[in-house]
Amino acid sequence: MITLQWAYALAGSMFAAFAILSVLDRSNGKRLGNAAFWGLMALSLLAGSRLGDFGNGLLVLGLAGLGGFNLLGRSAPPSTTEAERAGWSQRLGNRLFLPALIIPATALIGTLVYNYTPLGEQGLIEAKRETYIFLCLGALIAVGVLYAWLKPPALAPLQEGRRLIDAIGWAAVLPQMLAALGVVFAAAGVGTVIGEGTRAIIPEGSVFLTVIVFGIGMALFTMIMGNAFAAFPVMATAIGVPLLIQVYHGDPAVVGAIGMLAGFCGTLMTPMAANFNLVPAALLELKDQNGVIKAQIGTAIPLLAVNILFIYFLAFR
Amino acid sequence: MSHYFVLAGILIVVVGFALRLNPMLVVTVAALATGLISGKGPVEVISLFGKAFNDNRIIAIVWIVLPVIGLLERYGLQQRAAAVIRAMKAATVGRLLILYLLLRQGTAAMGLISIAGHAQTVRPLVAPMALAAAEKEHGALESETVERVKAYSAATDNVGVFFGEDIFIAIGSIILIQQTLAAYGYALAPFELAIWAIPTAVAAFLIHSVRLLLLDRKLHRHPRESGGPASLSEAEKKKLDSRLRGNDGGQT
Repeated sequence: MITLQWAYALAGSMFAAFAILSVLDRSNGKRLGNAAFWGLMALSLLAGSRLGDFGNGLLVLGLAGLGGFNLLGRSAPPSTTEAERAGWSQRLGNRLFLPALIIPATALIGTLVYNYTPLGEQGLIEAKRETYIFLCLGALIAVGVLYAWLKPPALAPLQEGRRLIDAIGWAAVLPQMLAALGVVFAAAGVGTVIGEGTRAIIPEGSVFLTVIVFGIGMALFTMIMGNAFAAFPVMATAIGVPLLIQVYHGDPAVVGAIGMLAGFCGTLMTPMAANFNLVPAALLELKDQNGVIKAQIGTAIPLLAVNILFIYFLAFR
Repeated sequence: MSHYFVLAGILIVVVGFALRLNPMLVVTVAALATGLISGKGPVEVISLFGKAFNDNRIIAIVWIVLPVIGLLERYGLQQRAAAVIRAMKAATVGRLLILYLLLRQGTAAMGLISIAGHAQTVRPLVAPMALAAAEKEHGALESETVERVKAYSAATDNVGVFFGEDIFIAIGSIILIQQTLAAYGYALAPFELAIWAIPTAVAAFLIHSVRLLLLDRKLHRHPRESGGPASLSEAEKKKLDSRLRGNDGGQT
């Protein structure tokens, strides 16, 4: 049976290759930091189930230390020049978008076929995990198609992948860290405490008021922290799960998905999200560094209201 | 009373992120502090955090697409996206930006987050094109209008990518939602979550499009008043550092 472990092995091998190529990259002054960071990611994906809980804990502390104390650098793997890219782009035209479509198409079609034909009854793939397996398959097919079509150097997929992962840096691991933080919050009983507190404030049985508090809370927390990813585990633990899902029986998929999007409305309104709001103001040489935020508020507030209504009407059908 | 102390972790996250401390350290300290306050020993807390990290390895699966995106960039994917944007034809600023919004939402929903962005497309293409469209219609623009058109160009990019990307299943936020809810025993497939991003995507498109059409009307009310040069000053093309290139891992 194809289990999730296969997907971990594929991703782990990719990170291992990133680590090895990092060691060899003399253009990056912090290459050992990059190698250690991606090496730990590879170790986690390839052997996480054999390291034991404490071993994994030390691994996370290692990642946090490397990322937190700025020990990663930016690499410059071999790639094409700007002029070469322009030439290829002209020659290949819009066909260049097609290989990118292979990945979502494989994931979608694979999942549908697996779930709605007898194929799924064979038990070939670990239950409920088929989308991830087809996602990996799609990525492999896309790389295969590109090898056959454009004949890049053998190492190009890994070098170009490393170029992108180094540009992202430690932020690549942050969502996983935040999810782990959410688990720790849950284990420590944070949700129970806040759930009780919120129930004391919001009148019992008022689903609509609770949805409003959840939606506005997501947006406000996101504005303070500059990041909906960080706000989500907090608000899910505080209100989303204990009240909307457990007490009022809201659809978890709707509460989760649209709750996150309510947070994105907050991202539009905060200078804390510098990459999205302050950096473009500087790039465009705006006189008012909050000019982009001001242009966004008129979209963000009505959209937040719509999201709150969506949660209310779609999660409590 | 003392059981309220476990909330210290939330306080650490909020204050740490608000002070722009390194998020990796903030999250780690918040997790360790919360565990210790709840009465667990140091080894137990580190083990709990490690197990939670290990149980959430699936989130790292989103990076499996990087070699494909990187290869496509090697062969000019970003230049191709720029060519598509350059070919957009629209009579007004508002309609031009609506086309860009549609393009940005559509490509983000396919997982192509980094083919466009403030550094990649807004500054070199979208903002100058929007200013040119405004000038063509209204003549020389006053500096206030120039500011507004540029700000709306950047805003349109943000709205497009924020409310397009969650339709793609292999995006950090979707898997983060899935894993957070899984910690409470709710097992959801990524498609079940991504599908609920569609109503909001449509609403975002409609709301922002109406605002762009209102922008057109507002520009009509203040026609031609002479002002400074409308196009971006090419004089100081700043060398962009890595933070400005738009590859920030999609942490919206």
